[in-house]
Amino acid sequence: MKDGTAPVTLRVAGREHAITSAPGRRLSEVLREELGLRSVKIGCDAGDCGACTILVDGVQHCACLMPVAQAAGAEIETLETLDDPLVAQLKASFLDHGAAQCGICTPGVMMAAVELLRETPAPSEAQVHEALGGVLCRCTGYRKIIEAICALDTPAVETRPEAGQAVGAPVRRVDGRAKVDGTEVYGADHVPLGTLLVRAVRSPHFHADFELGDVSTWGARRDVIVLTARDVPGENRFGTIPGLEDQPAIAEARVRYLGEPVALVVGAPDVVEPLDLGTFPVEWHPLGHSLTEAEGAADDAPQLHDHRPGNTLIRGRVISGRPEEALAGSRHVARGRFETSYVEHAYIEPEAGIAWLDDDTLVIQACTQAPVLDRDETAKVLGLPKDKVRIIPAASGGGFGAKLDLSVQPLIGLATLATGQPCRMVWSRSESMLASTKRHPGTMEAEIGCGADGRITGMTFHGDFNTGAYASWGPTVAMRVPVHASGPYRTANFRATARAVHSNGPSSGAFRGFGVPQAAIAQESLYDDLARAAGIDRLAFRRLNALRDGDRTTCGQELHGVGLGACLDALAEHWHRATHEAAEFNAGATGALRRGIGIASCWYGCGNTGLPNPSTIRIGITPAGQVMLHQGATDIGQGANTVITQIAADAAGLPLDALTLVGPDTALTPDCGKTSASRQTYVTGKAAEAAGRALRAEIMRRTNLPDCDAIEPVEGGLRVRHGAQVQDVALSGTQTDELGYAIRVEETYDPPTTALDADGQGTPYAVYGYGAQIAEVEVDLDLGTTRVLHMIAAHDVGRAINPQLCVGQIEGGIAQGLGLALMEEFLPGRTENLHDYLIPTIGDMPKVTSILIETPDPEGPMGAKGLGEHVLIPTAPAILNAIRDATGVAALNKVPVLPHRLRAAIRGHA
Amino acid sequence: MSQAAPYLRPERIDEAVAALAGDGWRIAAGCTDLFPATERKVLPGPILDISGIAEMRGIRRDAAGLTIGAATRWRDIVRADLPPAMRSLQLAGREVGAQQIQNRGTLGGNLCNASPAADGVPPLLTLDAEVELASIRGRRRMLLADFITGPRQITRAPDELLTAIHVPDAALSGQGAFRKLGARSYLVISIAMVAARITVADGRVTQAAIAVGACGPVATRLAAVEAALIGASPDPARITAADIDPALSPIDDVRADRAYRREAALTLVRRTFADATQQVPA
Repeated sequence: MKDGTAPVTLRVAGREHAITSAPGRRLSEVLREELGLRSVKIGCDAGDCGACTILVDGVQHCACLMPVAQAAGAEIETLETLDDPLVAQLKASFLDHGAAQCGICTPGVMMAAVELLRETPAPSEAQVHEALGGVLCRCTGYRKIIEAICALDTPAVETRPEAGQAVGAPVRRVDGRAKVDGTEVYGADHVPLGTLLVRAVRSPHFHADFELGDVSTWGARRDVIVLTARDVPGENRFGTIPGLEDQPAIAEARVRYLGEPVALVVGAPDVVEPLDLGTFPVEWHPLGHSLTEAEGAADDAPQLHDHRPGNTLIRGRVISGRPEEALAGSRHVARGRFETSYVEHAYIEPEAGIAWLDDDTLVIQACTQAPVLDRDETAKVLGLPKDKVRIIPAASGGGFGAKLDLSVQPLIGLATLATGQPCRMVWSRSESMLASTKRHPGTMEAEIGCGADGRITGMTFHGDFNTGAYASWGPTVAMRVPVHASGPYRTANFRATARAVHSNGPSSGAFRGFGVPQAAIAQESLYDDLARAAGIDRLAFRRLNALRDGDRTTCGQELHGVGLGACLDALAEHWHRATHEAAEFNAGATGALRRGIGIASCWYGCGNTGLPNPSTIRIGITPAGQVMLHQGATDIGQGANTVITQIAADAAGLPLDALTLVGPDTALTPDCGKTSASRQTYVTGKAAEAAGRALRAEIMRRTNLPDCDAIEPVEGGLRVRHGAQVQDVALSGTQTDELGYAIRVEETYDPPTTALDADGQGTPYAVYGYGAQIAEVEVDLDLGTTRVLHMIAAHDVGRAINPQLCVGQIEGGIAQGLGLALMEEFLPGRTENLHDYLIPTIGDMPKVTSILIETPDPEGPMGAKGLGEHVLIPTAPAILNAIRDATGVAALNKVPVLPHRLRAAIRGHA
Repeated sequence: MSQAAPYLRPERIDEAVAALAGDGWRIAAGCTDLFPATERKVLPGPILDISGIAEMRGIRRDAAGLTIGAATRWRDIVRADLPPAMRSLQLAGREVGAQQIQNRGTLGGNLCNASPAADGVPPLLTLDAEVELASIRGRRRMLLADFITGPRQITRAPDELLTAIHVPDAALSGQGAFRKLGARSYLVISIAMVAARITVADGRVTQAAIAVGACGPVATRLAAVEAALIGASPDPARITAADIDPALSPIDDVRADRAYRREAALTLVRRTFADATQQVPA
């Protein structure tokens, strides 16, 4: 019999390692922390996500579920230790197919694929599903992963474009290698020796006053330091919108949501990790709480913030024409009330990061979408000048909006200031789900009218949105929703209002679409009602009302470069085919299965709503001829690093691989703003285009050529070609600036928008993107279950800078839209894990046909528009409309349409 | 590391049983329920890890029936060559989490965890399964139906080890079938599930065993439904809500409400019965 004192020996890829960890320790921890095998990612510690999937004796296991003692004597393989030609092939295939976006799930996905491919070299899609069913991916929508595995033998498409030809080419992501190698450094992956561990003591109540006991004695007895709000040296309030900062880094005397931190515990990892925080001396005095927008808005609701009566954070509105009169005079009017749920971002990487002191500068390397905001808000909380805080974004294992808010940054910063030592924090899955922001739940009422000819006459809309405990991005939702609530359709008479209501639920923040996906459910559902009432085909009805060039929005803005009509036209043949196929299936159906099809459109303004949001790009050339692109836009998997480089390269006339990326890093890169609002391709891309052009002009100034076709770096300088003419620009030995560059350019771009007036009139965005999607679904009438068979998505991207990345965004957005429609419902206090909170698995993802429409935008860089958020807006309404088509159900008023909800609707209909 | 909790990994049942005579051991096997129940990085408590006991793994057939070692993993059950009656258990195994869970989780652990939604219970109820428990006091057997008494409640004494699951020879006749209903594919906890084992001879149902899970505190056989089917032609329409409802006591939870569970149970029972009575190609 073996006992706990016997040391465990692990065999990893043939090498033996003596392990000092306790035998009951999770193998994932041992591999990461003791053996430094950090391709093994921790997403949930519960076997729910598969990020830690490794091979044990050739078979896939979640390393988090395996006590290290059980691994003794077995052959363990991880992505970085696997020396197998198959793996090299798989990595290349993942790169070629764009199968890794943020990359956090990639090692687990690949390990599961290795087991499959060893047994089945040419697997079917169904076999890939079976093998990968236990690994969650939140970015890709799984399609590219399936392609990469099934098309392993297809020779790689070599796309190394000529100088000036990078834009439009489906080039591999420039930062992809580390993602497929498992060497990418995420928030939890950089751990220098001697790093202290930080844990938060969190509230077990939704709303409570509290008094701390003798925390220093408690800490001293356990050899840890305790930090509370009293230790916060600066202003203990952070936020995202100037003037509305309301969230304490550590709660002061009252907590407003479940899981709010009231203290930090800092110390040696082996002391802090096993500590029972249940003994922490704090006395709770629970208060009444609200969890929904209706509860928060009630007259007797507990008030969360003194200066926000009625728990109203903010209201937004857009009014044009005479909506009530128009509706009263309409031939057809459709009205409805719609509810959506809290939706969790569920990125596979829980929040994590490390802070250390570099001389007197506090350096923070953590997952983020907004490094400059992190710097400014952390500096404020910690009472430091901004230039004494440096943010180096770690690779983000998914973001989707929630990593726009501060998470670990002020906490590990405080711990590092207090101890002088490197301090790290890695949230558990439940901490992440408790303390991160969510998509706003909404209760929306809308009324839309049309004439006998099907033309929209007017619309009214009101939405109450549950903004949770703190402001976060609630104001953005309250403004974006009224601006977009009409959908991309001509609506002359319009009134849309929105209210963000506080509750004691988790703070609602930014989540891909800022409230627009919720509003689109209401509008697109009513459009189906109107099309049916008017006797017009549902696609034709949308085409009839679609915004066109020269039309004005409900904000009074004249639009140009509107590609919605082209999207709908591109879908028409698919619509007719799908209509026919569904009708044929249903005519022959004898069992419980029925098919249906649905369609919905989207539009979405790129960049901040009527507020400045500049980006600055710097390019420098060293005397050795090295071209350095200082790119501060955080790439959270969507591909900013690649797209910005493509634009800069073409604008400069340089080949893509001549550019070396620098940053993002607040010490090295100028501000490129936040990775939000689908703004990086457009806004930072525009700055990159300007910087590239400026660089080209600077280089041309050093020649006497009239123009150039291409520039290439050569030893000690650059070579410029114009037709048959070639000139070299020597840089070696030239004088350099303070950054060491012989040539340096820096360009800034800020979208030309205007603030909106009291009725929401103005120019909120300078660029919009458009799209439309068809859903084909199969519903089991008896069980109320829905299977999405096929999504056909046409998106007007203006110019597809990188078509492969565009398709990746579409497929990933569809997966999230599918979750919103069918399964995702975060219930505070009940679903803080990934087995009660469900996101789509590989088995839920339908086939996707992506169609890229390129109607150039007059303002966007090389005609490009944003895409990141647009893609999920039409998905849920298209699916809901397809379910109604299949079932005949009059209305689906609440998402997600869980089986019991759909079944109740079918029962009610019958 | 912190204070190392005792961790035993015996290689024989008698060693494990001897250890269990002392207090406070937590039995660990696949750990697919133990680890998710804690955020800790180390399994809490004194651990008796039975995953190294070879005699507790594997499936044996003899005249008395079929014996499945309690530490047999779902993967082994899914891949085993078993009689058609066992098809329900194999189908259930394929729906346990995803492959990573099936590669670790054990049948005995599934029973001892006693979740109302345990995938292994309805199939084993249709197979009239018995569990075998060992302690220094001796060995005993009892019906699975008596072993699981409530949600997370079993009749195992603290010094006992669940060593094996027996399916009597008489229960190895007929065709098994299983259906699980969840809100997504893979990695999903059942809203409801149904197992069936049906024998049809000369166009008549001669044997019917049907069980429903996730629709009450414990999975349950549907005696009234079974009785209504025996002797009749295999027609799912004979299965009525009136015969099912009294056996169920579903709850409302994050996955579904109780009215839906009742309704879905009826649909699933009919479909699973149909699965089991279809002609199976040789």
